[in-house]
Amino acid sequence: MKKHRKKRRFSIADLIIKLVIGILALVSIYPFYQTIILSLSREGDKYRNAVYIFPIHIDFSAYTFLLNEGKVVSGLMVTLFITIVGTLLSLALTIPAAYALTKKNMPGRNLLMNLIIFTMFFSGGLVPYFITIKNLGLIDNIAVLILPGAVNTFNLILMKNFFKDLPASLEESAKLDGASNFTVLLRIVVPTSKPIIAAISLFYAVDRWNEWWNAMLFINDSSKFPLQLVLRNAIVNMGTIFNNTSALEKMQKMGNAYTESVQNAIIVIAAIPILMVYPFVQKHFASGIMMGSLKE
Amino acid sequence: MKANAKTKVKIKPIGKQAGLGKRILQSKEFYIMLLPVIIFYIVFSYVPMYGITLAFKDFNFVKGIVGSPWNDFANFKKIFKSVDYWNAFGNTIWISAGRLIIEFPVPIILALLLNEISKSKLKRVYQTVLTFPHFLSWVVLGGIVINLLQDQGIINQLLSLLGLGKNSVLTNGNQFRILVFVSNIWKEAGWSTILYMAAIAGISPELYEAAKMDGANRFQQALHITWPCIMSTAIVLLILQIGSAMNGGFDQIFNLYNSSVYSKGDIIDTYVYRSAFQSSDGFGFSTAVGFTKSIINFALLYGTNKIISKKTGTGVL
Repeated sequence: MKKHRKKRRFSIADLIIKLVIGILALVSIYPFYQTIILSLSREGDKYRNAVYIFPIHIDFSAYTFLLNEGKVVSGLMVTLFITIVGTLLSLALTIPAAYALTKKNMPGRNLLMNLIIFTMFFSGGLVPYFITIKNLGLIDNIAVLILPGAVNTFNLILMKNFFKDLPASLEESAKLDGASNFTVLLRIVVPTSKPIIAAISLFYAVDRWNEWWNAMLFINDSSKFPLQLVLRNAIVNMGTIFNNTSALEKMQKMGNAYTESVQNAIIVIAAIPILMVYPFVQKHFASGIMMGSLKE
Repeated sequence: MKANAKTKVKIKPIGKQAGLGKRILQSKEFYIMLLPVIIFYIVFSYVPMYGITLAFKDFNFVKGIVGSPWNDFANFKKIFKSVDYWNAFGNTIWISAGRLIIEFPVPIILALLLNEISKSKLKRVYQTVLTFPHFLSWVVLGGIVINLLQDQGIINQLLSLLGLGKNSVLTNGNQFRILVFVSNIWKEAGWSTILYMAAIAGISPELYEAAKMDGANRFQQALHITWPCIMSTAIVLLILQIGSAMNGGFDQIFNLYNSSVYSKGDIIDTYVYRSAFQSSDGFGFSTAVGFTKSIINFALLYGTNKIISKKTGTGVL
């Protein structure tokens, strides 16, 4: 009897917990749902309360408009370029460095480690950074969207800690066969580290995909703007999305689309790729790799 | 040289220790692997650090950082008298304090709650939903937040349905701060939960079995087993958060704020940006402002780490 009562009380606690988290999940997913239905709406829909719960129209004009009007397409191209090239470059830099940093016998390793960690907590600040980039001649150069973020200290340490925990016997047998350290890295360490490489590729790709800050500081030529900066400008001032300025032409081009549907459509375009990739990489996070980074 | 000494002490000759020269030679492939990254840090981190000298100079575009004349702490004297600086300074502290008190505990509570859900499929769905905003930029999330809060947005429509007046969170300073906290919880709480969940996954099930035998209910188990086991994670995150207290979250605030909330929402980083690029304060002044921030952050990190690691044995440095 007693046991039975206890069990029931527990299931009520269960229900409450599930409900609380369920509501939180709904609240946090709803704004994205709203963004999607607004991107498909027509002008005037938003004055009818229901638009925020059910779509009144499903109208793709905002998307067709964006595909035909240059700024978003070119922004998407720039973003795709820096995401692909930037991620590959980041991996090419991070993987060998992280591997080398696991070698305790290498003179100067601790000094290097400390100098690298120091940059996580102390930096020159905005103006010295700005002047450095300017002196490098990177103004209006797409490389400025890739190079300054090419190595992320957090990712580097994460990867180093993963490599450190690989069994030493793995490398030793290859070394006995006379393989160089580069061969060991490429043939043995990299293939056994796929989960961490997948996770870190995602981190780098997301960083590049979300790039807007360096673009805002250093890119003046709007044909080189990444998608996020096009979006930011369109939120502040819708007029920046157009290639030309004639009011009549703007009207004709927009058709059924209006300011808000267009803004929301850009938000969707800027967010969707991450939503699509995320579930495939997510399973790697749970394995506790994140903790490695914190426990230096 | 100091590092070499350190290495030697750490390794301690278990077998025989090769000489320094020999070890350098043996490591040459590793130095090659590191070289590009060393250059990266020199160019993008340490060269700008040298630029901090600008804080003590009058910047002249033609003469550059090295050639600009020293100005006898004029920039710092100007900071001391600047009303806008102290406004931003105070706001940064208030916002960081709010983040610590309001935002910091949320992922811990979420992790404890998620841990109580036994169906692993449901747990994964919830985790996915709560985590992914972390991967979106503040440009995207800022756009969405502005959508929700605008004049005809859902929040105002709900308020008018309830008979309450319309609200303008984006232009009301005090409400803006609350918006900053809530929207950052939306973006980051789920992600931080992953760290705690990883710590929880490492707890031995035997502990729970033993507690059950002693008659502990689930709340007591959470309090006496789960919480102590994730505390070291919490401490590390706490130190890191206090050590970046003067940052205040530039990306978020920059994408949400406007001139009508400067009095409550302007933080040091946003002030540095405006003073460098949208005013005539001069680069020397902006560098000095940024420098005060970095110094305070570093002191906070160092101090907190020292105090906490003395008391609990957990630290980051």
